[in-house]
Amino acid sequence: MSERRGQALTALKAAFPHTLPILTGFLVLGTAHGVLMSAAGFAWWWPLLTSVVIFGGSLEFVATSLLQAPFAPLQSLLTGLLVQARHLFYGIAMLERYKDMGRKKPYMIFSLCDETFSINCTVDVPEGVDRELFMFFVGLLDQSYWVVGSLLGGLLGDFIPFDTTGMDFAMTAMFIVIALEQWLKDDRHFSALSGLLCSLAALMIFGQDSFLIPAMALILAALLLGRGIYGGEGNAPGGDGSAPGGDGSAPGGEGNAPGGDGSAPVMEGSASGGEEARS
Amino acid sequence: MTVREQLITVAILVAATMLTRFLPFAVFSSGKPAPRIVMYLGRVLPPAIFSMLVVYCLRSVDLMSDSHGLPELIAVLVTAGVHLWRRQTLLSIVAGTACYMILLQFVFA
Repeated sequence: MSERRGQALTALKAAFPHTLPILTGFLVLGTAHGVLMSAAGFAWWWPLLTSVVIFGGSLEFVATSLLQAPFAPLQSLLTGLLVQARHLFYGIAMLERYKDMGRKKPYMIFSLCDETFSINCTVDVPEGVDRELFMFFVGLLDQSYWVVGSLLGGLLGDFIPFDTTGMDFAMTAMFIVIALEQWLKDDRHFSALSGLLCSLAALMIFGQDSFLIPAMALILAALLLGRGIYGGEGNAPGGDGSAPGGDGSAPGGEGNAPGGDGSAPVMEGSASGGEEARS
Repeated sequence: MTVREQLITVAILVAATMLTRFLPFAVFSSGKPAPRIVMYLGRVLPPAIFSMLVVYCLRSVDLMSDSHGLPELIAVLVTAGVHLWRRQTLLSIVAGTACYMILLQFVFA
């Protein structure tokens, strides 16, 4: 019993420093979310509720405007799916890492937001620390930062003692650092370049409110078409070494149709827009 | 919207979110290995995803605005530069964010 507790404490201590950027980012953004809801006339428990049960920053900002509009269940569902579709990518990328999570698995999948994904997908868990517990605490800490931020924002309303303008850049900076690390780890750079160029192209064509789905379709197409570039097993960029190395067979030989044409539906203009975190 | 309708809307948003988070795990359950093409995507997607997320974070930068996106460009370069210099994640993030806050609040105010 006490050994289990010691293990948990070690994992918590190891996980905490990795979540510090999220702590800053989430307290600011979460508070902004709470302030926004309270300014829109929602009681203090509303931001608390959405951050506990939805736990998806972008969608929660969008939700504030959806909740003020006339009741539109189908539109809400479509908006939710569009804003959150990128999580499908995270799930696919985490199939291996979350494979042995046991009883913690449902919570791990539930809490797989952008930021938790970014840590758990890339981190090397230190020697002697329980991998599963480490990743569990990353998810739990991240969600608690977000919940506390939202609650604070809901309670404080628009009374914030100092100028936080620009502080939300912490999140952007974190993604820049991770993207850079991924770039350095993969000497072929094909995946990173696909992500960058497909997203920029989609952004220019579809505009900031609806470019994410077309961008993801383009990325999938590019990666499937460029399969030869990452030919052998174990050459994965940013890989965690868990790739099955047993079969040395080249990809492309299997019977699965590549389906390189954008299989994701391209829906324009239906998402009601990006969140505005800056005030 | 009544409170009841608002709660239903929240439930719908929860369902949409959870569908996107649980679907890959449900479809490719641990019982049998996922198709090789999916494993391939799982391995090669991360660099593409993070490049996409950087673009996503910066999507509302307006090059035609008064500041022409300069604060964002400078802050991105500072973040990347500090990171290439010291390779310390937290330091790079703090430097980039502080730089951006100073630029927004004092230089381009």
